[in-house]
Amino acid sequence: MKKRNYLVITFSETTMALFMEKKCKENKMPGRIIPLPKEIDAGCGLAWASEDREQDMWKNYMETQQIEYEEMVEVEF
Amino acid sequence: MIYVDNAATTFYKPDSVITAVSEYLRHPGNPGRGTNHCALEASRTVLDTRIKLAELFDCDMRKVVFTSGVTESLNTVIRGLFGPEDHVITTYMEHNSMLRPLYRQNCELSICDGSLAEIKKLVKENTKAVLINHVSNVTGEINPIREIGKFCRENQLLFLVDSAQSAGLLPISMKKDFIDVLCFTGHKGLLGIQGIGGICIEGNLKISPLKVGGTGYRSFDKAQPDKYPSALEAGTLNMPGIVSLNHSLDYLKKQGIETLLHHEQRIADEFCRQVETFPFVTVYRNPKKEHVGIVSLNIAGMDAAYVSDRLSCLYQIETRAGAHCAPLVHEYYGTESMVRFSFGVQNTMEEAAQCAEAIYRIGKEGRND
Repeated sequence: MKKRNYLVITFSETTMALFMEKKCKENKMPGRIIPLPKEIDAGCGLAWASEDREQDMWKNYMETQQIEYEEMVEVEF
Repeated sequence: MIYVDNAATTFYKPDSVITAVSEYLRHPGNPGRGTNHCALEASRTVLDTRIKLAELFDCDMRKVVFTSGVTESLNTVIRGLFGPEDHVITTYMEHNSMLRPLYRQNCELSICDGSLAEIKKLVKENTKAVLINHVSNVTGEINPIREIGKFCRENQLLFLVDSAQSAGLLPISMKKDFIDVLCFTGHKGLLGIQGIGGICIEGNLKISPLKVGGTGYRSFDKAQPDKYPSALEAGTLNMPGIVSLNHSLDYLKKQGIETLLHHEQRIADEFCRQVETFPFVTVYRNPKKEHVGIVSLNIAGMDAAYVSDRLSCLYQIETRAGAHCAPLVHEYYGTESMVRFSFGVQNTMEEAAQCAEAIYRIGKEGRND
């Protein structure tokens, strides 16, 4: 499968990654949960990945939904 | 059979719980461990259950921690928060799951009757916390957690509540009851299966973990991650237990916990009304307090074990005899054991009458010996 460019959002706790997924599903926000790519952190974990790479939009969205994130990184996955 | 040992474990489990657990076992997954479909589905169920528990207990779902039950919860919290330098206040009503962890930590311990007046008298400079069960597992009396919690908050004392006998029956709001730590179990009033329980934490309280290990992330860190809930959730979670809670919480919401409480209270009160007319029966209830559906008693001159055995063998009435792991209650009442009837969702008024009738017969039979 061809690699794609994603904005990957990481969280300090698995619960928050899942909460992000729940809130994104409810609000029809694009993306899905992926295993944390090793170029971000090789220590496992879950991350949110979206082909919509508008960082400001995501930042505002997570603020509105009270979702704490750790970092946002553009990754080819 | 008349099962009246619901304080040990509730007999009734909703059909939806049994079906969901059975269904889950056909399609298991390990939550928080990767993103395969089975793991993710399990992770979503865990999140959903945390959200439902947070709704029930009016707390932050990010700080709902799963454990194997209230004993593990209390061990974790007590070992993680208190040491020999701390003075803590608790009550004679506590279960050994509270008392033994406190004894082990060598805390300076004051024991009281659970009234605010008594607690106020015992506070000293190094008092760190008040720890109390919401409901006694022996007498069924309900402790006034809101007024104690308010006092604790006003006096910068931690307030820890053991809800083993109240969760799923009595309303609990961590915010309005000023609770810092709530420990719960899943297989009693919450109507889930055995082996699941938890801890709900308010504010920024840091509890050092009882166990450390896999969390599914930050695997190269030598230290356990410090974020809740995984800070206190090393190892694979009890998914069948969590699935059971997920569905039992729906059941409780639909039925309304007050309805279930009033049902068992009515039955227990009727049972009490009848047995209290028998001159050879002593019922251990505090008349100044409200009670859930638990009634403990003794028949004069008879070992509680004998009474419980007669109830089971002759009348198929399943009770519990003994100290009920609450030794200080017996010091208070001058007893060594009691026969406990704990009514639940499935019991009826007719069964209460049958239980009373059986006690009457056993008492009379004994007195004729």
